[in-house]
Amino acid sequence: MARVLEFDFGTPDVAGEPVTLTIDGAAVTVPAGTSILRAAAIAGITIPKLCATDSLEAFGSCRLCLVEIEGRAGTPASCTTPVAAAMVVRTGSDQLERLRRNVVDLYLSDHAAHDDHGECELHDLAATLGVSESRFAGGTTHAGLPCDESNPYFTFDPAKCIVCSRCVRACDEVQGTLALTVQGRGFASKIAASQDELFLSSECVSCGACVQACPTEALVEKTVLEVGAPERSEVTTCGYCGVGCTFKAELKGDDLVRMVPWKDGKANHGHACVKGRFAWGYATHRERVLEPMIRASIEDPWQTVSWDEAIAHAASEFARIEARYGAHSIGGITSSRCTNEETYLVQKMIRARFGVNNVDTCARVCHSPTGYGLKTTLGTSAGTQDFDSVEHCDVMVVIGANPTDGHPVFASRMKRRLRAGAKLIVIDPRRIDLVRTPHIEAAHHLSLRPGTNVAVLVAMAHTIVTEGLVNEPFVRERCDWDEFQAWAEFVGRPEHSPERSEAMTGVPAADLRAAARLYATGGAAAFYYGLGVTEHSQGSTAVMAIANLAMATGNYGRPGVGVNPLRGQNNVQGACDMGSFPHELTGYRHISDAGVRESFEAVWGAPLDPEPGLRIPNMLDAAVAGRFKALYVQGEDILQSDPNTRHVAAGLAAMECVVIHDLFLNETAAYGHVFLPGSTFLEKDGTFTNAERRIQRVRKVISPRNGYEDWQVTQLLSNALGYPMAYAHPSQIMDEIADLTPTFAGVSYDLLEREGSVQWPCNAAAPVGTPVMHMGQFVRGLGRFVVTEYVPTDEKVGPRYPLLLTTGRTLSQYNVGAQTRRTANVIWHEEDVLEIHPHDAEERGVQHGDWVTLASRAGATALRACLTDRVAPGVVYTTFHHPTTQANVVTTDYSDWATNCPEYKVTAVQVSPSNGPSEWQSRYEAMADRRRRVATRGPVA
Amino acid sequence: MTRPDRLIAMANQIARFFDSQREGAAGAANHLTRYWDPAMRAEIIAWRRGGGDGLAPLAAQAVDTLIDAAP
Repeated sequence: MARVLEFDFGTPDVAGEPVTLTIDGAAVTVPAGTSILRAAAIAGITIPKLCATDSLEAFGSCRLCLVEIEGRAGTPASCTTPVAAAMVVRTGSDQLERLRRNVVDLYLSDHAAHDDHGECELHDLAATLGVSESRFAGGTTHAGLPCDESNPYFTFDPAKCIVCSRCVRACDEVQGTLALTVQGRGFASKIAASQDELFLSSECVSCGACVQACPTEALVEKTVLEVGAPERSEVTTCGYCGVGCTFKAELKGDDLVRMVPWKDGKANHGHACVKGRFAWGYATHRERVLEPMIRASIEDPWQTVSWDEAIAHAASEFARIEARYGAHSIGGITSSRCTNEETYLVQKMIRARFGVNNVDTCARVCHSPTGYGLKTTLGTSAGTQDFDSVEHCDVMVVIGANPTDGHPVFASRMKRRLRAGAKLIVIDPRRIDLVRTPHIEAAHHLSLRPGTNVAVLVAMAHTIVTEGLVNEPFVRERCDWDEFQAWAEFVGRPEHSPERSEAMTGVPAADLRAAARLYATGGAAAFYYGLGVTEHSQGSTAVMAIANLAMATGNYGRPGVGVNPLRGQNNVQGACDMGSFPHELTGYRHISDAGVRESFEAVWGAPLDPEPGLRIPNMLDAAVAGRFKALYVQGEDILQSDPNTRHVAAGLAAMECVVIHDLFLNETAAYGHVFLPGSTFLEKDGTFTNAERRIQRVRKVISPRNGYEDWQVTQLLSNALGYPMAYAHPSQIMDEIADLTPTFAGVSYDLLEREGSVQWPCNAAAPVGTPVMHMGQFVRGLGRFVVTEYVPTDEKVGPRYPLLLTTGRTLSQYNVGAQTRRTANVIWHEEDVLEIHPHDAEERGVQHGDWVTLASRAGATALRACLTDRVAPGVVYTTFHHPTTQANVVTTDYSDWATNCPEYKVTAVQVSPSNGPSEWQSRYEAMADRRRRVATRGPVA
Repeated sequence: MTRPDRLIAMANQIARFFDSQREGAAGAANHLTRYWDPAMRAEIIAWRRGGGDGLAPLAAQAVDTLIDAAP
């Protein structure tokens, strides 16, 4: 489609009573508080401007948007002047024209000539006002100052900069990092990053908000300079985290020039992060595999074959294994990185073709406890609010999440609300950035010992119950009163007091009590949580404990409150919604429900097994035991992402046919027999569902370089397996999903085109979706309080393994890093490092940057040490983005009691000095290289 | 038969949760039915029939419930 150009109203939208004024003779009615600049724009009248844009508060510095107002002296700036009833405004006159020409003339005098890529508003204004040459040319200018090329994605040329402050304000207001400033005074004033540093070495987080805000191309994407101005664009949804940012993909010909966050995106409102905006180069990375490959043994080199050969080979192998070992020896894994339609097809193929439910998804290892916990207490497996709800939040509790790294665009929304006065409670072993960041300081940071979430949450409940802070009217009206009483009796026991819990949790009782009081009495209070809650042996219990607290305090069913899981990957919510779990069909309906099963059998034309199938860890266990033989893995790298790498490897090695459907020869592919090239999010149609249940379109921006979209590949495989599928477009798959799923009944591509996006439930009762759930009553009827007894993990520290390892992610990288490691983002994270407290490091003779061995009962690896007091003594932390580190060699098989979600967040370890990578790492690298060999085309034995 | 250590540990974890719930062993048995693959249930049942060494009391009760409910 043609390039989508968004209209800039000059200043932000405001809410207020209607006010009518006259602008250039036309009556205009706008909300009170609206600027004259915006009111004029709404009326279709363009007032020249440079420092104003509708994503930022008015600043009034450029003096171009001047107007004349009857009865008022002078020529006020329309961006900073609010409308008033009966006001009469004139936007054009000889005087105004002369003033504006003078201003533009001055700006041009110190604005270096440059190729215009269609982004220079100063050039546009000069043309509009007829200013072709500056009368002030020849004076001192900033020409010749060096460009800052340090950032891999954008450049800053001070000679083009007019110091309008849009970049500074974008960094402050939109991103909330406050990395930029105007340094100096008068002619010497200039834009500076941090303490006049290069962008790369400053506090800048490369979100790109400044680039987007710049009106003169002083800050511009390097791809725009290299490829040229975009000619067309397509609106689509980001393929990274669960925030689900909407972007305009802007292209020149078939070359993607840049990704620009879309103002109308309801999840991101025009903002983005360093991954979504910039880290898309993996789509054309040289390591991307574009042709199918097969091999008889994992020790053989891969052989490139045609799609027909690869599909036929996979189908014949699955058929052979089915005949020899039975259908229960076969399964599939869906991906939270793929679309709803693609995950739906994978689980459909496994269930309908093989008559088994051995299908699982990577949400198993992240948010499966959210599904169990929220369904048990509230009735459905989903976060309760939309992201916009945070604007109404008075108290945020961030537990086990690091939003500024994991969900940076939503973190910016949180920070904006916190700067406006909301209070913050952080419950995390690490001092995450939110604890103390410019203009924000947590009221309480409960730095608990890893593995004690439930004890802390129960102690908070104890405080609320025993101090009489329960919202009893809410509980009596909305919840099961008997269950509440049993829960209140449980949490009220003396042994659950903060004072008694302190020895276990490490959280000072007074801090915990104060935090609980703030949560219960501070106004609209919301929990935001991540994998630091779920990835524990008591992950599901902790989710239920959070749900209990929100019920006890009446924090459901209105904006600003609720329980909000921050989903890690782009489509975790969707993959779960689509029936990817082995015990559930779409919409979280249990496979044992005969009525539900029959509805699917009628549409799918195949009988379904009423028993739950194997989860991912169960599949691996069964493989090691010799009972599970074939696996179709779409878009996941379980060898790198799942715990206890050696066990995963043993399971994969025991299988006879592993079909890898991915962009790259990932780590799991070392154990693959068939490789089916995947397509990126830029190359397919479909939908993603973000953490706020928002279903959004993914649109094909470029043709799939591998030849097929992923849903087409699954369809080819299914057809070859003898279970026919004949979808012509993903919209038909969504129609089938809607037909079979009550919470999706109203969803269609037509609706998404009209509305932009919708949040499920979307059906006759909620035809355009449901931003806030549990209004009036909970999905299950009465909210259910569940007794959540703290059970310490079986993973214990001791003399051999005295430290606790917890793992996580960093801003620049995504999950196993398969995508982000193949972009310039590696400049910010070249390797995984081990964060260790200086005290623990000193005891071990470890200095910053030293190689150390990280050993647990499961295995050992080596990486460099980073000494920091972000972690408490006794706790160490690392990321899992790099296969050379393989952090999951160290993590164990312990998992959540209800869901088998691995306990990534608690591993007893020892750290000791090392000379470099371990022998295991060297062997692993050699093995991975050997198994990535690709032979020339030829027959497979 | 080989001792199914992992399944025993999983069953004991589930039992530990339902220890504090009103449903008790029935809740644990229901959890095993709703979330465990039949082959996993068969394996833990077989272990229980052989004595069930290592199973916590409530886990053993839950498996007994599965045995009683078997056709």
